[in-house]
Amino acid sequence: MKPVISSFDEAIQDIGDGATIFVGGFGLVGIPENLILALKRANVKDLTIVSNNCGIDDWGLGLLLENMQIKKMVGSYVGENKEFERQVLSGELEAELIPQGTLAERIRAGGAGIPAFYTPAGVGTPIAEEREVRTFDGKDYLLEKSMTADFSLVRAAKGDKMGNLIYNKTARNFNPIMAAAGRVTIAEVEGIFESGDLDPDQIHTPGIYVQRLIQGKQEKRIEKLTTRKEA
Amino acid sequence: MTSDKAMQREKIAKRAEKEISDDSYVNLGIGMPTLVANFIPENKTVVLQSENGLLGTGPFPTEEEVDPDLINAGKETVTTVKGASYFDNAESFAMIRGQHIDVAILGGMEISENGDLANWMIPGKVVKGMGGAMDIVHGAKRVIVIMDHVNKNEEPKILKACKLPLTGAGVVNRIITDRAVIDITPEGLKLIQVAQGYTLEDIQATTEPDLIMEENVELNAF
Repeated sequence: MKPVISSFDEAIQDIGDGATIFVGGFGLVGIPENLILALKRANVKDLTIVSNNCGIDDWGLGLLLENMQIKKMVGSYVGENKEFERQVLSGELEAELIPQGTLAERIRAGGAGIPAFYTPAGVGTPIAEEREVRTFDGKDYLLEKSMTADFSLVRAAKGDKMGNLIYNKTARNFNPIMAAAGRVTIAEVEGIFESGDLDPDQIHTPGIYVQRLIQGKQEKRIEKLTTRKEA
Repeated sequence: MTSDKAMQREKIAKRAEKEISDDSYVNLGIGMPTLVANFIPENKTVVLQSENGLLGTGPFPTEEEVDPDLINAGKETVTTVKGASYFDNAESFAMIRGQHIDVAILGGMEISENGDLANWMIPGKVVKGMGGAMDIVHGAKRVIVIMDHVNKNEEPKILKACKLPLTGAGVVNRIITDRAVIDITPEGLKLIQVAQGYTLEDIQATTEPDLIMEENVELNAF
C-alpha cells in the first residue's frame, strides 16, 4: 500500500533547494497542476526541471519560472513563454534543449536501468558538437545518456492504493516514463480507488514506480482552443 | 496573413496531400503541414500520428466536444477517429524512429542539394527548441518538406549548402513549394513538377543549385 497524502504542501515537503525534478505533461495537458502550485508555495530554489515544455506565463511551470525557482530547464520546446526568453537572455536561467524523442528515450532508459543508447536524432546538427558518434551499418548515431531525477511529479486520471495509475487520452504523454525514472515519484490523481477496483489489464503505470499519491481537482487550462463548426 | 499568402499555403498543402497514399500512417508537422489534413479525401484511409501520443488524430472538436486532455502535437484541441490509440512519448518516438511512419510532412527554412534540412533555429534569435523534428526526419520512411520557394526577400531557400544550423543532414526526399516539386536524388536535385504560372527558367532562377531537368518534367502541374 502506498501513502495517500491529504495536503499538496505535505506531498512535496521533502523536495529541497537544488533538486532535479521530472514534471509530466505536454504543453498544459497532463501536468501535475496542484503539485506545481505547492512547489511555488514552498519557494524551493535552484531547481533543475526536466519537462517537455515550460508551461505558459501564468500557469504550469511558468509559475516557478516567474518566481525565479528554476536554475536549469531541460526540455524540447519552450517557445510558449515570454518570461523564459527574458531569463535565458539575461543569463538567469540555463536552458538545455533536447530532441523530443531523445528526451523521452533518455527518461525511459533511466527508469529501465539502461545507461546510454545510440539514436540518429541530432547527427550533423549543433547538438552533436563534441559528442560521440558511432556508425552502425553505414549510418551515424549519437550516444545519449539516460536520465533519472530526485523526484518525479506526474498526473494520472485514476490511481489505486497500490500506486497503480491510469492516464486519460493524451494526458499520458511523459507521465509513465517519468513515473518510472524518478527516485521518488509523487502522483497527483483525479480519483483515488481502493486496491482491486482498477482492472489490472488496464494499468498504464504499475504501482511499483509510485511512492505516494494525492488526489486533487485540476483546472485543465487549454493552451490553444481550436474548434470547428457543427458538420 | 494576407489572403494571397493563405491561398499560397493552401495550394502547397493541396499538392502535398497527393503524396499520401491510401492506408498509410502519416505525421504532419506544426503550421502549414497541419493544413494538409484538410485536403485528405474521405475515400482515403490515412492514420495521422501526433507525436505527443496519438494515432488516429481527427478534426478539431465542436465546442461541445472539446476535451482538455486531448490535443495534437501543436497543442491544439482535437478529436480522434474510430480505431485511434493513445501511448506515451517513448512509445511514440519508438514508432517514429523504428520507421513505422510512412510519410512525414514538415515545414522548412532552408534545404540543401543533398537533402539537409534547417527548420528550427536562427542564430541571434532566441531558440525555442526542436521539438520532435530531429527525431522525425530520421524516422519516417519518406520525408517531405513543404515551404515557400523563396524567402521574403525573394531569395532562394533551396541552397547548395544550408546557412542555418541543421535539423538533420541528408534527410529530405522531396520538396514541395508554391512553384515546384523537386526530388533529392543521389545525382542532385531533380525537378519533377512546375506549378501554374512558372517556367523551367523561373524555377532554376530561384533555386541556387543546378536542377536536373528531364524531358518528362510536368508543367502547369498544380
